[in-house]
Amino acid sequence: MAHVVLRNITKRFGQVVAVDNLCLEIPRGQCISLLGPSGCGKTTTLRMLAGFEDLDEGEILVGDRVISSSLKRYYLPPEKRDFGMVFQAFAVWPHLSVFDNVAFPLQIRGLGRAEIREKTTTALTYTGLLDVRDSYPNELSGGQKQRIALARSISFNPTVMLLDEPLSNLDPKMREVMRFEIKELQKRFNFTIIYVTHDQAEAMALSDRIVVMDYGAKVQQDDTPLNVYHRPANKFVFGFIGLSNFLQVEAADGGTYLAGAREAGPIGGERPPQALGATPTLACRPGEIELLRDGGVRGLIARRTLLGDIVDYRVRVGAQEVRVQRSVRQPLFEEGAACGLRFTRLHWYA
Amino acid sequence: MGTRRFGIAEILLLLSTLVLVVVVAVPMLLIFWNAFIVKGALNVAGVLQVLRQPDVFQALVNSLVIAGMVTLVSTILGVFFAWLVSRTDLPFKETMKLLFLVPFMLPSFIGAIAWKMLLSPRSGLVNKWLMGLLGLEEALFNIYSLGGIIAVESMYLFPFVFIQVSGALERMDPTLEESARISGAGLLRITSRITLPLMLPSIAAGALLVALYSLAHFGVPAVLGTEAGIFNIPTLIYQKIYASGGRFEAIRAGTILSSLLVMAAAIILYSQNRILKAGRFQVIAGKSVRPMLLKLRGLKVPLLLLSVLYIGVTVLLPTVTIFLVALLRTYGLSFSLENMTLHNLTYILFTMKLTKDAIWNSFYLSLAAALVTMLVGTLISYVVVKMRVRGKFLLEFLGLLPFSVPGTVIALGVILMWSGQFGVNLYNTAWIIFVAYIARYMAFALKSTSAALEQVGDSLEEAARACGASHWQAMKDVVLPLIKPGMVAAFFLIFLPALRELTTSVLLYGPTTRTIGVAIYALNEDGETVYAAALSAVALLIIIVGQWVIKRVTGTTKIGGGGS
Repeated sequence: MAHVVLRNITKRFGQVVAVDNLCLEIPRGQCISLLGPSGCGKTTTLRMLAGFEDLDEGEILVGDRVISSSLKRYYLPPEKRDFGMVFQAFAVWPHLSVFDNVAFPLQIRGLGRAEIREKTTTALTYTGLLDVRDSYPNELSGGQKQRIALARSISFNPTVMLLDEPLSNLDPKMREVMRFEIKELQKRFNFTIIYVTHDQAEAMALSDRIVVMDYGAKVQQDDTPLNVYHRPANKFVFGFIGLSNFLQVEAADGGTYLAGAREAGPIGGERPPQALGATPTLACRPGEIELLRDGGVRGLIARRTLLGDIVDYRVRVGAQEVRVQRSVRQPLFEEGAACGLRFTRLHWYA
Repeated sequence: MGTRRFGIAEILLLLSTLVLVVVVAVPMLLIFWNAFIVKGALNVAGVLQVLRQPDVFQALVNSLVIAGMVTLVSTILGVFFAWLVSRTDLPFKETMKLLFLVPFMLPSFIGAIAWKMLLSPRSGLVNKWLMGLLGLEEALFNIYSLGGIIAVESMYLFPFVFIQVSGALERMDPTLEESARISGAGLLRITSRITLPLMLPSIAAGALLVALYSLAHFGVPAVLGTEAGIFNIPTLIYQKIYASGGRFEAIRAGTILSSLLVMAAAIILYSQNRILKAGRFQVIAGKSVRPMLLKLRGLKVPLLLLSVLYIGVTVLLPTVTIFLVALLRTYGLSFSLENMTLHNLTYILFTMKLTKDAIWNSFYLSLAAALVTMLVGTLISYVVVKMRVRGKFLLEFLGLLPFSVPGTVIALGVILMWSGQFGVNLYNTAWIIFVAYIARYMAFALKSTSAALEQVGDSLEEAARACGASHWQAMKDVVLPLIKPGMVAAFFLIFLPALRELTTSVLLYGPTTRTIGVAIYALNEDGETVYAAALSAVALLIIIVGQWVIKRVTGTTKIGGGGS
């Protein structure tokens, strides 16, 4: 049974429709990421879940209980929702010690001293903060501040956790560590996580399920991380996840060619589906193209950039440029050299 | 590197240091010297003897009581109204916010005169009206009391707290409150456990400013306290010097009291600095998000009415009273049309020598002082903010002095320095007031211009130098145009308060060098109430027009306030 249900929710700010008729069902214990460009409405969605924003249309349920409903004009206030929430800017209170920050939700719930002590210590242990429990936030690093926020949000055993870009204020190394720790916490406590991010790597690493959104929180694909990466539902998702080439093609003599470059030779592999019409778009990842000395679709190396492990080539074929990435351990091509492209995986979109 | 060059940087540093030494540092040293050193020896017994005099001791107690209570009342008012306009859905919030700043622009001693007209025990208009209404034999309020002084000062000083707290509330990261809310806390608990503790440094900073101003405040206690024999330190200094006709013993007692004021001010400013610098209260939001607003619901209209009523009683009522009394034939008549006349205004503007002189004196003195102080302040700020030159720390230290010296103390200092002992006697001339104004308003100039200079990144000037401009050209063509708004603001921030200055002028004026503030004060003391009101009305009009001009010129609302 679904744990959290968003039913046809719409939110407008003046003329702008921030969230347009969004429907989502999230089973208990699932980690779902809302992934999309900034300003697409994912944070607004999260704030409606938290109760900080009212809805213009629709309703939100947890279990079988309605917590927001535009029709009934009923909004359970945020403090009554029993959700854990972690904010991008940490939002830890500078005037309270680490311990008092984490104990705050328990004190509010009127627990006894011993119980507060025990639960706070548990949360601090799981987030690795036990040694700094008497410090103040400004004495700690960004990663530790975000751990305080995490510990504070799990201390009262919520069943739903809302995370609003919690790692984007951290440096890349810390981000990887924290990703892993959030995942570990979820395994241990089995709460439902709704995770807002614009970073696909974060979404891939953490989620059981990714919802890719465009402006207006319009769902473009709602699938497992692997499917989102390997079987993007449309051009938007393909372009948003990972690096991408979008190429124009034309059909002739029973083969498929890059547009205006018939002399370069045909693209092998499957034909574009008939349903996409006469001028479909070929999408492919730079890492899914091989570079050959002979054969393949012929082109010229226009530019070569060394990116550490990876070599990034821009290959000119007719009027179009194809981005190719190969391992640095494979044979290198010089700028200006002729080469052949072999597409190992093709995606066709209208 | 090795060669010592005496370039433009050194010249500017020397010049700036010299100005501050002559205008501020030496007068201050003279005060301490005269207070504590007699015939080359430390004068502990003499100091104690002065402090043990009953009137001095009483004034000390009064000062502390007044400053303490004014701080308390102003803090409560300031925090409440700040919270109301920045954290609730009060209607007309932006307008209300501006209105709460208005008391800042009005001279508090004119306010005190207005309140005297309204609430003096025998002839106060409100008192008479209430007595008639309730059939009382005695007046309900007596404005000539500690309570009266505290009430009137609080009305004019609470914006210090209001500005600090409403600014801090608006800059605060809203997720700090939101995270408390999602943790389960309701508004009451968020306010008491999160918001108020986080606001504490701003509240304290505002409160300390109020305490600083109230301790050194002359106008309100002078107007309301003297008649009832209530003195604070500044009014007692004035009383002693005035009554003795400037005898040296009185001046010595004054220097001892002044030293106390300076020390109190230094302690207050030091604590304020410490509080504001305490890093653990950095709560400023990274991005601007709408803060959580409390829905007032049923309280919306009552609280709006309360705010409007507060503004009406504290701003509108005294101002209207001043204008109405300015139009009366004789003080005491009722405000009916046949009792009204424009004669008072034409008389003080065109006939009466005292007021004509005063307006002219105030005008040119303020203009000259504002211009000079602004230019010198810009120079000093430039050296402090932008230049890398040895010996700058001395200038930085001297630059802090003007902030901590009360007006009464400045007046005593310039008397000691410029009345002949050092070869220059400016006493009884306009020059001594001019010098005192520079010292008094240097802090405003430094604050405004250094803020403007800090906005100009070093790389802008360096880019000009890299393009081939000389130091001087870079300053003239790049820095100066960029800080011009700051300089204009500084000019008005000095010009407007100087125009109605009282505290310093009242100790320095001579037979022909009365200023507007002095003239209003004197007319009021002499019972020339309608003329005092008429001159006050003129001063208020000038201030209103001046504020309007500032808004037109700088595009923002600058508050030309800060003591009178």
